[in-house]
Amino acid sequence: MASETENPNRRDFLTVAATSWVAVGAAATLWPLIQQMNPDASTQALASVEVDLSPVKEGQAITVMWRGKPVFVRNRTKAEIEQANKVPVTDLIDRYARNDAIAETAAASDQNRVKKDHENWLVMVGICTHLGCIPKGQALGDNKGDYGGWFCPCHGSHYDTAGRIRKGPAPENFKVPTYQFVSDTKIKIG
Amino acid sequence: MANHEDTFKPGSRLSQWLDERLPVARMMHGQFVDFPTPRNLNYLWTFGGILTFCLGVQIITGIVLAMHYVPNDKMAFDSIEHIRRNVNYGWLLRSVHAVGASMFFVAVYVHIARGLYYGSYKAPREILWILGVIIYLLMMATGFLGYTLPWGQMSFWGVTVITNLFSSLDAVIPGLGTAIVTWLWGGYSVSGVTLNRFFSLHYLLPFVIAGVVGLHIWALHVVGQNNPIGIDIKTKSDSVPMAPYAVMKDLFALFVFIMLFAWFVFFAPDYLGHADNYVEANPLVTPPHIVPEWYYLPFYAILRAVPSKLGGVVLMFGSILVLLFLPWLDTSRVRSARYRPIFKWLLVLFFFTFLALGYLGSKPAEGIYVLWAQIFTAYYFLFFLVLMPIVGVLETPSPMPRSITESVLGDRAAPAKS
Ligand code: HEM
Ligand code: FES
Repeated sequence: MASETENPNRRDFLTVAATSWVAVGAAATLWPLIQQMNPDASTQALASVEVDLSPVKEGQAITVMWRGKPVFVRNRTKAEIEQANKVPVTDLIDRYARNDAIAETAAASDQNRVKKDHENWLVMVGICTHLGCIPKGQALGDNKGDYGGWFCPCHGSHYDTAGRIRKGPAPENFKVPTYQFVSDTKIKIG
Repeated sequence: MANHEDTFKPGSRLSQWLDERLPVARMMHGQFVDFPTPRNLNYLWTFGGILTFCLGVQIITGIVLAMHYVPNDKMAFDSIEHIRRNVNYGWLLRSVHAVGASMFFVAVYVHIARGLYYGSYKAPREILWILGVIIYLLMMATGFLGYTLPWGQMSFWGVTVITNLFSSLDAVIPGLGTAIVTWLWGGYSVSGVTLNRFFSLHYLLPFVIAGVVGLHIWALHVVGQNNPIGIDIKTKSDSVPMAPYAVMKDLFALFVFIMLFAWFVFFAPDYLGHADNYVEANPLVTPPHIVPEWYYLPFYAILRAVPSKLGGVVLMFGSILVLLFLPWLDTSRVRSARYRPIFKWLLVLFFFTFLALGYLGSKPAEGIYVLWAQIFTAYYFLFFLVLMPIVGVLETPSPMPRSITESVLGDRAAPAKS
């Protein structure tokens, strides 16, 4: 006992060391319990999907599922592309391209949201960036909003013909996933 | 309140034997028979008992529903129909559980409003009040998780929109919100994986609630009940023993409540729900107008009143969390609004605001509805954060009776005959 009062630092050190190890152990135990909730191997394995574009005529759109999410594929008309090109990037709510294939800071010009020489094809994750509803605008009779692209009825977000947010509570443009043209009429998403 | 008379007498040799080893019967007798209750309680004080009943009903019907329900995205929707059509008395059990959730919230709103009006959150009942707010939050979580289970269109899109609220954190730390949402979903969208974990948690939380209710009642029995005049029990004539007085009153109110409950169960089991939830979940089609269950509508209105995504989420959560601080935001030393001429009307206006927000939450977020939602949201916060602290200092309380006995008997309150 005498040594305890003579040598308080040694006792403090032991207490701190022991407590730290308990904390490390607790964290290591907790980790698997938390991590099990993240996407499992089978969910991650469904990562890519091929889409045949040949049946989609100019002015039409299709929706395909990728990673459990709808992906909008639209074959845009000349007028729609022109309309999207005319908008100065400074007029946009979200000035970033949100295209997974290019730099995060790239500007939201129409070219930056499509593939070169395939400018008519607009491929985007069809989920409203506000709170995740699926906007209208894919079917011919749908309300396409004030900017001729898509309209989310949940809380009123309007997207233009390049899938960029123009009005409403959504903060970002539709996200463009990574995809490649495997042939002229086929893309691979993911 | 701990030091009241103990009238417990073990009835048999067995109960005497038990009393010497584990005096649980003595404790229950002390807390629920002898326990002194203010003699002037009105019917608003019967809702605590009603709430306990509701929790019991949800747990019992829930456990039996879980014997037939299948938490799988391919089968969940059909299993509910199976419960309603094929399982013996399944139609009844399912209706009682679904209507029960609504009745639970009716009762909790009355209970909370009672606390606000009579100042039950003030010293020494701060912990009691905070435990109550925690129970309310847990109830909202449980109801939300439960509403996912039928896997209808509203279930699916309700979950999508509400879990996406967390993605607003991307505006604080890029990527954080998305990481949380993916973790909650167990995938890149709401799916059967999400349904399965929500079922697990929906089964768990009611038992957590039961635990917190235990603490809530414990805290209540340490400080004693508040009452309509907000003055403590001082003499013996201010109180009556809980049994039979308060117990009988509670039971009478409970039976009236059960009649209303039964009316919904038998005559309008789907009235409080939404027709779209009888359409199976479809991840490709969002219903044109998403609304949460009625009991969340005021908060949904606050969420949508703010034109910024993060701002809406912060105010929505803030509108509930602010309740935790009421004991310190209210600066008045008078408990009951009955003797607070200014505060009383501000509070009535607050109740109206809450109902109005509920109405607006059920309307589409456009035009004039948004403007009104913004006005009422402003009053919601103004009331708690500005008016409550200021009025407490400025207001002159109206004259109060000196004791509970005097408030009940008036002049007949002869010197207390304890
Ligand atoms: C705090 C208590 C509880 C609340 C507020 C609550 C709320 C709800 C709600 C709102 C639903 C959806 C009803 C519908 O619209 O169809 C539901 C469904 C369900 N709950 Fe609960 N619940 C509670 C306790 C429990 C417990 C303790 C269990 C089981 C141990 C349980 C099991 C279920 C099951 C299996 C369903 C799906 C069947 C159905 O939808 O009717 N619940 N719950
Ligand atoms: S989810 Fe699209 S506007 Fe809210």
